[in-house]
Amino acid sequence: MEKKNYTVSIYTENNIGLLSRIAAIFLKRHINIESITASKSEVNEVMRFIIVVEVTEEQVKKVAGQIEKQIEVIRAYYHTDEELIFQETALYKVNSAEFVEDLTIQDFIKETNARIVTVTPKFFVIEKTGKRHEIDNLYDKLKPYGLMQFVRSGKIAVSKNEMPISRILEDFNTININS
Amino acid sequence: MEVKTAKKEKIIKQAPITVSGAEAVIKCLLEEGIDTIYGYPGGAIMPVYDELYKYQDKIHHVLTRHEQGATHAAQGYARVTGKVGVCIATSGPGATNLVTGIADAQIDSTPLICITGQVGSHLLGSDAFQETDIVGISTPVTKWNYQVTKASEIPEVLAKAFYIARSGRPGPVLIDITKDAQFATLDFTYKKCVGIRSYKPFPKVDLSQIERAAELINSAKKPMIVFGQGVILGGAEALLHQVVEKAGIPAAWTILGLSAMATDHPLNVGMVGMHGNYGPNVLTNDCDVLIAIGMRFDDRVTGNLEHYAKQAKVIHFEIDPAEIDKNVKTEVAVLGDVKETLQLLLGYLKPNNHDTWHHRFKDLYKIEYDKIIKNELSPKQGKLGMAEVIDEINTTSKGEAIIVSDVGQHQMVACRYAKFNQSRSNVTSGGLGTMGFALPAAIGAKMGMPNRQVVAIIGDGGFQMTIQELGTIFQTKVPVKIVVLNNGFLGMVRQWQQMFFDKRYASTELINPDFVAIAKGYFIKAKQVTERSQLQEAIKEMMDSPEAYFLEVKVEQEENVFPMIPTGASVSDIRLE
Repeated sequence: MEKKNYTVSIYTENNIGLLSRIAAIFLKRHINIESITASKSEVNEVMRFIIVVEVTEEQVKKVAGQIEKQIEVIRAYYHTDEELIFQETALYKVNSAEFVEDLTIQDFIKETNARIVTVTPKFFVIEKTGKRHEIDNLYDKLKPYGLMQFVRSGKIAVSKNEMPISRILEDFNTININS
Repeated sequence: MEVKTAKKEKIIKQAPITVSGAEAVIKCLLEEGIDTIYGYPGGAIMPVYDELYKYQDKIHHVLTRHEQGATHAAQGYARVTGKVGVCIATSGPGATNLVTGIADAQIDSTPLICITGQVGSHLLGSDAFQETDIVGISTPVTKWNYQVTKASEIPEVLAKAFYIARSGRPGPVLIDITKDAQFATLDFTYKKCVGIRSYKPFPKVDLSQIERAAELINSAKKPMIVFGQGVILGGAEALLHQVVEKAGIPAAWTILGLSAMATDHPLNVGMVGMHGNYGPNVLTNDCDVLIAIGMRFDDRVTGNLEHYAKQAKVIHFEIDPAEIDKNVKTEVAVLGDVKETLQLLLGYLKPNNHDTWHHRFKDLYKIEYDKIIKNELSPKQGKLGMAEVIDEINTTSKGEAIIVSDVGQHQMVACRYAKFNQSRSNVTSGGLGTMGFALPAAIGAKMGMPNRQVVAIIGDGGFQMTIQELGTIFQTKVPVKIVVLNNGFLGMVRQWQQMFFDKRYASTELINPDFVAIAKGYFIKAKQVTERSQLQEAIKEMMDSPEAYFLEVKVEQEENVFPMIPTGASVSDIRLE
């Protein structure tokens, strides 16, 4: 089966140790995590992890099943890139001297819709939000000028289809009030 | 985390009382009906032990000789009673010594609660004396774990721990409690946990899947059932019998499913898997519908997956959604507790019989009997064999004993030959294959079922992994019967070396001590048998003994277990020699 990028979205209770529990599931199956982010979600007190892996669909299905089995995990979904709206953000730190001397850098910034975040006499910080290849593209362009630092966020994504976490949580409350 | 708790009138009336965290731990155990626990004291758990001293008329604490022994004893207790097993240890090495038992309980779905002491919360992360990150270490092998740093958390956390350990697919839970949380006080009230919003232990049953399953079963010409421990965990033994008898389907079992159906039931066709019976293994690749009930298609059951039941439509009755299609693709997946789903299935099943098909199992059994079983049960010459010993135990027990086996050749022989009339009678380490399991597990099993005969069958290798628990037997006077089948080898590994490594017996020969003298050193009655002529009487003497009894049987050194599916081979390529 063909390997491709899958984005696993995991809604969880906010609990210490859950990240290592989830990471261990990937580790046990020797699956490399391409990127990972954790943040609060649209539901109060519910966390959302977004983990990107390159695996087959069969693998991602089994991994999502194992993740969902963890006590504090409310739901784990997985999606292909086509099913998502997603972005990444990167910061590029560039030597000010280079920036001032060579105007082509300024052109890159305009062309790629990047943004200058900070300017100091020694360095500039440029921010770019977009798809992975757009960020890589700017990286390749800036690299010859001596990038002082580069960092890229993990993928953040929302799905085109609904992920009904609130409803799952409401169902729990209803069922237990009745019983 | 949102947790639902039981609202009993009794509890609402109960006024909170101020107790220490340590006392709260004991009170939680009492609220959950726990009367026997296993453990080993140490610095970071001393406040709890101090309370155990005060509550000794209510809770029987069994001091094992090693923390691993405590986990296996708690497992043995849980496996025969269906209740949650509880063990306690201190921080650091006490906690890490639990890990093997926890991993064993995880893979064999045994409800277990391990309570560990931890250094004071102000010392966490400082590499303090006997500090170890047991929550981190135990994460991959626990169903849930949690570190308590405040006394006030104890009642709710332990209520959750019990709920998680025993609900759905059971498993081990570890609760680590810092020493300051044991000393601090809290206002104690206890409410049993009845639900956690992120945890769905019992999947909703989909009736259409039951209907589809019934349709397939009703129209099958060559159906076969393989049942596992899920039947026992779900308390669905009677329902399994009804399904099997109504539809007239031959039923085989996995090693952990053993004893869910009486071994002499006419439709019980034996064990599947690497050293299982010839018939059910061969016919797995001939049946038209394979009905898996509460089992997980372990690799020791399936052999090479590329050649496993490819011709069959597979129906999987299973409580854990993550097991569906994990190893074997199913035609119909029936999610849910088998107690619920088999009951529903019964309503749709047509009475049927499959005599011709069933006869094929009998024909293949005849081949296995002539080739292997006959000679193993009644050899005319040579040294004693393992099967003879098990058979002699059957003669005395009449299938009523609990058999606790360790891991290796003797385990396979015990499971192949032991007779069982009632469920929860076969206690063995299946998934993890933990040598050293049986002796402490037998202690727990006997304490859980004091009115039943409990016989541990152990090899000379595994026996020496937890031999120190003879001390526990001596101190508690628990009347377990211990049979060591001594072949002077790590027999299963030696068998593989013989078959697949040109007889290069690397580090498998054991130069053994005088086991009888060791047992006698612990003041346990003991005897050694070397001749066939002594066996019957020795087994009878052991079984009749009101006290613990140790019997060493010197058996053939280079006996091999057959049938056997070599690694990587298909179940139907099972070898008889």
